[in-house]
Amino acid sequence: MGNEFKESITKAVNNANLTGALGKFSEAYKVNRAKAYEGIDFEELRGRIADLKGYAAAHLDQLSDEFTRNAEAAGATVFRTKDPAKVREYILKIAQDNGVKTVIKSKSMATEEIHLNQYLEKAGIEVGETDLGEWIIQLAGQTPSHMVMPAIHMTKEEVSDLFSKEVNERLTSDIPRLVKVAREQLRPTFLAADMGISGGNIAVAETGSIVLMTNEGNARLVTSLPKIHIALVGIEKLIEKYADVATILKALPRSATAQLLTSYVSIITGPTPNSDGSMKDMHIILMDNRRSEMAADPKFKQALQCIRCASCLNVCPIFRLVGGHVFGKVYTGGIGTILTAWFDELKKSEDIQGLCIQCGACTDVCPGKIDIPELIMEIRRRLVQDQGLPLLQKTIYAVVNNRKLFHGMLRAASIAGKPFASGKFVRHLPLFLADLTDGRSLPAIAAEPFRDRFKKIKQPKLKEKAAFYAGCLIDFAYPEMGESLVKILNKGGIEVLFPEDQTCCGAPARYNGAYEVAASNAVDNIKALLREDVTYVVSACPTCTVALDREFITTFESLGQTEWIPQAKILAAKTVDLSTLVTKLVAEGRLTLKEGRKLGKITYHDSCHLKRTLKVSDQPRELLQKAGYEVTEMFECDTCCGMGGSYSMKLPEISAPILQRKLKNIKDTGAPLVAMDCPGCVMQIRGGIDQDGAAIQVRHTVELLAEQLEK
Amino acid sequence: MLYEQFKARAEGVSAEVFKFATKAEALEHLIVFLRTEGLADTPQATALWAECSFLDGIDRDAVAVNAGLKFGVTRELAAHARFGISQMEWALADTGSLAQNSTAIEQRLVSSLSTIHIALVPTSGILPDMPTLLAKVHPGDCAYLAMITGPSRTADIERVLTIGVHGPERLVIIFVNELSGPPLPTSPRLGEEKTPSPSGGGLGRGKNGNDMGGNK
Repeated sequence: MGNEFKESITKAVNNANLTGALGKFSEAYKVNRAKAYEGIDFEELRGRIADLKGYAAAHLDQLSDEFTRNAEAAGATVFRTKDPAKVREYILKIAQDNGVKTVIKSKSMATEEIHLNQYLEKAGIEVGETDLGEWIIQLAGQTPSHMVMPAIHMTKEEVSDLFSKEVNERLTSDIPRLVKVAREQLRPTFLAADMGISGGNIAVAETGSIVLMTNEGNARLVTSLPKIHIALVGIEKLIEKYADVATILKALPRSATAQLLTSYVSIITGPTPNSDGSMKDMHIILMDNRRSEMAADPKFKQALQCIRCASCLNVCPIFRLVGGHVFGKVYTGGIGTILTAWFDELKKSEDIQGLCIQCGACTDVCPGKIDIPELIMEIRRRLVQDQGLPLLQKTIYAVVNNRKLFHGMLRAASIAGKPFASGKFVRHLPLFLADLTDGRSLPAIAAEPFRDRFKKIKQPKLKEKAAFYAGCLIDFAYPEMGESLVKILNKGGIEVLFPEDQTCCGAPARYNGAYEVAASNAVDNIKALLREDVTYVVSACPTCTVALDREFITTFESLGQTEWIPQAKILAAKTVDLSTLVTKLVAEGRLTLKEGRKLGKITYHDSCHLKRTLKVSDQPRELLQKAGYEVTEMFECDTCCGMGGSYSMKLPEISAPILQRKLKNIKDTGAPLVAMDCPGCVMQIRGGIDQDGAAIQVRHTVELLAEQLEK
Repeated sequence: MLYEQFKARAEGVSAEVFKFATKAEALEHLIVFLRTEGLADTPQATALWAECSFLDGIDRDAVAVNAGLKFGVTRELAAHARFGISQMEWALADTGSLAQNSTAIEQRLVSSLSTIHIALVPTSGILPDMPTLLAKVHPGDCAYLAMITGPSRTADIERVLTIGVHGPERLVIIFVNELSGPPLPTSPRLGEEKTPSPSGGGLGRGKNGNDMGGNK
């Protein structure tokens, strides 16, 4: 990551105004969004949207033709181009041919994408943004920090300073008064403008209509007052059927701002009369700018299902810390990273793709059903393919790829780490590594890894067998978790095998775009885990479980390697996470937890991969309750803890505040104990609590359950 | 039932909702409202009433004795009007929205430039939701379908909800039971008639525009 990029992050996370406004908004958004969707089957709705937008993305040419035919029949002029430069030239030509001096605009990300304002202004045409947020940032000479709320990063004091300069009068920071000033200032501009430029939220092929939504009412004025209206529409806004407008409008305002509907919706089909009786000169520009290339890409075509609601920004734990400017000048957040990689260039996404911690919060809320984290991983993969890995990473993966060397180094580290370890933690690391322990203690490498301890466990001979996939953290940092797992499964009538040749699950490599390394890890693990005939392959690490259950397969698929896919599928079918397996054993009466005990309050932290990828969240809570704990929910229980594997090492400046927030939410419950199902989360949260000094125990569910087994 | 749902939703977004059995009662309420809110024949105090079927059979001269209340929408009058009065043909119960064929620019001028928009709505025009509306109103018959949900709003400064940016800061909705709903479109479909309307009329795409408000 470049220094400049790192500096922009540091600046953002230390901007209290920004993090305050975004933090407050993200909290309110979740509550309000849920309320707006009350009584609506969101999964059903987004299934329909994904289908209709997916269809449109697969038929862009056909729908563009149909749209053009119908819009022109209605009297509009349609201009189609792949090239942003042609868009700018076309608009300028219409302006010059008609002697246009001033242009008013309603919000349009597509015009931002092609930097239209600067271009027109250079040609001597005055361009006025009319969306309040856009106007504010135009006055400030800035770029939008959020796709829906462009000026969310600014305080009312900053806005009042800007407006005061504009009206030559010292204004207070009273928000209603500032809004009134904007109304009064912009009204004459509206009335005098020669041309209106809008975007388009939807373009309907069947009727040649464009749909515009605003809350402020500016798009109504932009499309009504000037005699010329130009709508710039990216072809991904096309849909086939007019009736489907209602489907998108059901989701877009709810997901964008938690409204049932925006104040104004206009469905415009061809020109309408001006107030002097003449007919409006209406132009619709269908802009491609790499969208059809995107549609032809088997991985990225789904990104065209985006309806630009920005809900992926609103729920992103990273976005609420850093805001939009860190992401660049136009599209921001998760989807913005993907759009930037395409509409701008892949290289531009090099730094920003690293911001994604892969927590999957966005996949839960995306009304277009886009797997944004997966697409960001694909960007990583392609970047690595294009440019290769940084040298340091190359060295690390060369080691990870050689199990014996890797494990040998981990063993060596248990001794080498001693000078810095105190008890169970590494508290400080020397020199540049010190950042890694900033706000968090790291676990000391266990003196005796699980693979050695396993040999000493005396298990009964049982008919049913499970292979335990430990993963690096349990094997080398938390072997006691593995011992607890063996104890529980034995009690449930399952004998545990530990295939010695198992190695790293490949997640670290995969999450850094090194798919070849991940694939090689996958092959080693498939061989090791399928060697013995077992009913289950069980893991107590959700990230590892996801790797075994899905990512081995998708990694092979991404690389076009088919040889191991059948084996990977067999492995996936056997793979199960600890809580799900224990729940099953309890339900079948094979395992009993001690009944009727009162163990007091506990709170539970949902790990990203367990809750959102594997959809497991009730099981551990119910097990803990059965064991006698009183589960008290923390605020944002399923928000990422900031670990994200190597993320916390690459971007400690982001990881640390996310952890602090998690710690606060844990402490606020008053519970003396917090449970979770992921050793990575334990490492992050236990390390944070250690530095914080709070008297709270951080435990893996497996340990707590093992203590409460009926003898 | 639909009305109750509409009212709750519309009030939830700060609209003000009334209902009257007759046009006479609605008119009386409207005039009292205008006077109370400072109607006068001075800039930023006038009211501008766009053509609509509500006005059929109403003695406009008698109504216009209220100084400042005007008919005959122009851009200049609209720019200076405090009150804009128009008839919205439909209401959507599940979102508290109003909808109108706004092809005629006069309809948009009074509802977008005014500070207070007063919408007259036939009670029979309440529909359950947007899919029902879109099934009824085809773009071939309606070049500019406008939906309005509450007053103009923004939250662009510090996420504080503020009412009245570029559009009206108040939306007053008056349902009238005896007002008949919009006729089903019978005029030429899209593409068959594209002659721009003569000046002054400004009523939509040729003949279609004249259907604005219906009953002509």
